Formats: sequence, structure tokens, C-alpha cells
Amino acid sequence: MSAVWPHLPILQVIIPLFGALLAGFARRSGAAFAITLVVSWLMPLCAGAMLWQVLASGPISYHLGSWPPPWGIEYRVDVLNAFVLMLVSTIGAVIMPFARRSVAFEIEEGQRAWFYCMYLLCLTGLLGVTITGDAFNAFVFLEISSLSTYVLIALGRDRRALLAAFQYLIMGTIGATLYVAGVGLLYLVTGSLNMVDIAARLGPAWADNSRAIIAALAFVTVGVSLKLALFPLHAWLPNAYAYAPSWATAFLSATATKVAIYLLVRFLFSIFGVAIDFRALPVAAIVVALSLAAMFVASLIAVFQSNLSRMLAYSSVAQIGYITLGIGFVNLAGLTGGLVHIVNHALMKAALFLAVGAIFFRVRTVRLSELAGIGRKMPITMAAFTVAGFGLVGTPGTSGFISKWYLALGALEKGWWVVVFLIVASSLIALVYVGRVLELAWLREPSDAIKDANDPPLSMLLPLVLLAAATIYFGLDTEWTAGIASMAAKDLLGGLR
Amino acid sequence: METLATALGHYNYVITIFLMMIGLYIVVVRGNMVKKLVGLSIFQTSVYLLYIAPGKIIGGTAPIIDPAFKVYSNPLPHVLILTAIVVGVATLALGLALVVRINEAYGTIEEDEIFERDRET
Repeated sequence: MSAVWPHLPILQVIIPLFGALLAGFARRSGAAFAITLVVSWLMPLCAGAMLWQVLASGPISYHLGSWPPPWGIEYRVDVLNAFVLMLVSTIGAVIMPFARRSVAFEIEEGQRAWFYCMYLLCLTGLLGVTITGDAFNAFVFLEISSLSTYVLIALGRDRRALLAAFQYLIMGTIGATLYVAGVGLLYLVTGSLNMVDIAARLGPAWADNSRAIIAALAFVTVGVSLKLALFPLHAWLPNAYAYAPSWATAFLSATATKVAIYLLVRFLFSIFGVAIDFRALPVAAIVVALSLAAMFVASLIAVFQSNLSRMLAYSSVAQIGYITLGIGFVNLAGLTGGLVHIVNHALMKAALFLAVGAIFFRVRTVRLSELAGIGRKMPITMAAFTVAGFGLVGTPGTSGFISKWYLALGALEKGWWVVVFLIVASSLIALVYVGRVLELAWLREPSDAIKDANDPPLSMLLPLVLLAAATIYFGLDTEWTAGIASMAAKDLLGGLR
Repeated sequence: METLATALGHYNYVITIFLMMIGLYIVVVRGNMVKKLVGLSIFQTSVYLLYIAPGKIIGGTAPIIDPAFKVYSNPLPHVLILTAIVVGVATLALGLALVVRINEAYGTIEEDEIFERDRET
């Protein structure tokens, strides 16, 4: 154990990477699933041990190949990324048992092992982006996760999945290229790629190179915003989520955009914020304006969707708006609200998309018009959907309420009464689109199309119920979510100039 | 006049920006998916140039330590861009593979025709 302990940061990335190779070589879907399950269950242990270590004794710095930073690549784990690592690996571990039947149902035998291989590569990339302290290394991991995501989406059951994957590939690559151009400008100005080192050298460089640094800030912000689907750069998201295999959608909606949000926070607060007074620049104001637009426009579009997956996809765009809204406030309550909503939204959206996957597994459709009365046929599935749906609205007693409470506090601290009102108003729109599904599911007579439906097997039901229970649990006990989020927010704001 | 002189003095950046805009323009305007990917590649290539060009120090030699030389070029941008090229090639390969599959599924690779066929069904 003591030999493994100091190498946890690299194990977090290496284990899924080699797991992906093994799963790919296994060829048979059963063996590939077993490997994937073991790897997915190891990840939270690894992340949890690091989170515990960070909370007990401060940031971990791991030097790859023993090359000291800033020359070598440094993996740096502090409260913020230990928190995100824990989220990504836990989601992967909890929803993995759901995958076996869902993937067997939706994907041909010959492609299943590759599906698991791509999932593990995607996990490698997401964990890598989160753990690395090197700006260029983050780009490489970002592309590992993105490329495998395109394949995961293209494996969807509909031919439109191919088109969605292609559109995402174009948009995602533009985003990554803009990001790497921004990193290039930072490298030209500071001569370093280590995030801590860039932050230290950027301040002295500001006097002579302010224009290049502002350009770098713009490149990085827009590039990462494309990856995290900040309104209006979200065009790739609804189709990608609607046509990807159900299980992949649940995983991606809970983790992929969240990791991009982490990267944005890291650049804004730990790099640019340390070196320059970005409160003097309009970045935060633009983020707040776009977030408010996302909350309203995307929620309104969600109300008019006829396909359950697409409705939840648009709802994701709106919910990402809440997270970036908190980031744009640049104060303790707001940032805590944004960070805690990363976790809360991930748990609810994973539960909702798993419920959609379970419905598809039983009735082969997710069109709302054919799902009347589904609640009476699949009561446990729809009960979990209902709980997570109330979480999206932000009902007191669910974790969504905690996020919105902190966001409202952040807005009040700024003296922005209108924004508090807007947060409540947009929640009411969420109530409309969630309520529409609930009315359809519980109050109508079951239609002929779904008369044979019943709840899915236990391996699918258990992850769903666990996530829904977490939505309630983290609405009552916030020590592990809001507590750690506010520690991370304090760290980030304490470093600001 | 002064602006022109600055631009000529930094002609490598001018080329970078030119390539970047051409690439982005092709991606946005063209409906043909292969052409879109070509545009995307040009867009990525412009960033390679952004990294590589400043790595060359005029009068500098290859970075092999020798008492006869004092000025060296920076090798790190080349290494970074080798990685970025690999990423770019992988993206292009995956993009083309998707185009092949789209062509099999729809019988066309023109975006507007694909949208039309989806609307029909």
C-alpha cells in the first residue's frame, strides 16, 4: 500500500488508459465489461484517497518521471480538482452496472468491446484534464476525451447519431484549437506551460504584453466555452445527447461538460486571476449575461420538445448556465453555488438520462407522445425520474435547491436583485417542462404502445435509485458537496489579485 | 504606414491569422463535409505555425550544447507541435471515417441534402 500511495495521481490516469487497451483487445463484450467494471470501481478509491489526503495535508504535487516542474509535467491535485476527480470517477462507478444490459440492447455484439474501450479512453481524458497542472497536457487529454466521445456518439442507434458526432467533431475541434492557440500565446509571453508557473510569470509580463495576454484570455475562454456548451456555443449538444447510446448520454451529460467547466475555472481563477485583475475586464459580465440567456432560452426550447432526450439535453444547456452564472459572480457564495451545482447537476442529470435509457430499454421509444401513463407501468423508474426532475426545478429538500440558494446569495451579495428574480423565474420554466413529463407519466391512462412495459432489471434499477437518492441526500446534508465546494471557492478567491 | 511596417515585421503572424481565418471560413461556409474537414485542418495548421515560428532564434543553432555556440533555437515548440499534429491527424482520420459512414447511411455528404433526407423520414 505504501508503495502505491505516492503514485496515486498517475494511477488515476494510467489505470483507465491500460484498461481501455485491455477492453479493446478482449473483443468479447462480457470480458470487456468485466475489465471496465473493475477499472470504474477502482477510480473512486483512487480519487477518494487523494481527496482525503488533500483535505488533511494540502495540495499534492506529482512530478512525472521525476522531472521537477516547470520543466517536467506536474500533476497537481488541490481541493478543486480532487472534488471534480471524485465526481467524475464516482459517476462512472455508479452508473457502470447499468451499462451491460443497456449496451447489449442498443449496440451490436461486434461493437460492444469497442464501446467499453472508448468509454475508458474518454474517462482517461476527463480525469487527465482534471488532474494535470500543465496547460498543454490538458489539451492532449481534452482531445483524448473528445475523440473518444465522438466515437461513443456515433455508435448511437440512429443514423442521425453519425451526423451529430460529425457536427460535434467540427465544433469540438474548433474549441480545442482555439484553446491551444490561447495556450500558445501564454507560452510566448511567459515561456512556460506549467499552470502555477504561468500564473507567477504572467503578472510581471502584463506591463509589456497586455494585448497578447488579453488575446490569450479570449482564446482560452471561447475555446473552453465551446467544449462546455456555454450558450450560444451549445449547438452541438442537443443532437449529440439525443442520438448517442442512452448510457453514453448519461455518462457524458454528467461528466464531459463538467470537466470543461473545471478547466475554465482553473484558467480564470488560478492563472489569469492570479496575475491580472480580470474584474477590470468584461469577462465576468459577459459570462453572467450568456448564462442568464442560457437559463431562459434553453429552458424555453426544452418546453417545446417532443423527444424526452432532447428535452433533457436542452435542460442541460440551461443548467450549465446556472453553473457559469455562479462563476461569473466572482464572489464566495456565487462560486460555491456554481461548483456545488457541478456535482448536483451531474447526479440529477445522470439519474434522468438513466431513466430515459431504462424507458428506451423497455418500450423502444422516448417520444413523449407515446409515453402516456408510463409511470403506472414503470413506477420505480419514473419515481426516480420525478425526484431528479424536482432537483432540476430546485425544490427545497433536493440538491438543486442548495445550488440555487447559494447562487441567490451570491447575487444578493452583488446587490443584483433582478438576477435573484431571474433565477426563480427560470426555475418556474423548468417546472413547466418537468411538470409536463410528470403529468403525462402519472396522470394519463397507459397507451397501447407501452402496455407490456415494466421496471427494468435490478442492475439497471439500482444505479438509477442510488442517484435519485443522492439528489435528496445532498439536499439535506451538504457537508460533502457545498462544504468542499466552498473550501475550493475560498482557495480560488484567496489567490485572486 | 507604421501599421504596415509592424505587419511586415511580424509577417509570420500575419500568415498565421490569414490561414486561421481561411480555415474557419471554409468550415462555416462549405456544405460538403470533406471540404469542411479540409478547412478544419487548415485552421489547426495555422496554430502549428503560431507555435513553431517564434521557436526559431535568428542566428541560433540546433540546441546541442557546444562551447562554440552561445545562441540556440528553442526545441520545445517543435515537440509540442509534433503532439498537436498527431492529435490533428487523429481528428482528421476520425472525421473522414464518419464521413464514409454518413455517405453509406445517407448516400450523400452535402449537409443540406442530408437535412432534407432527415426531414422526409
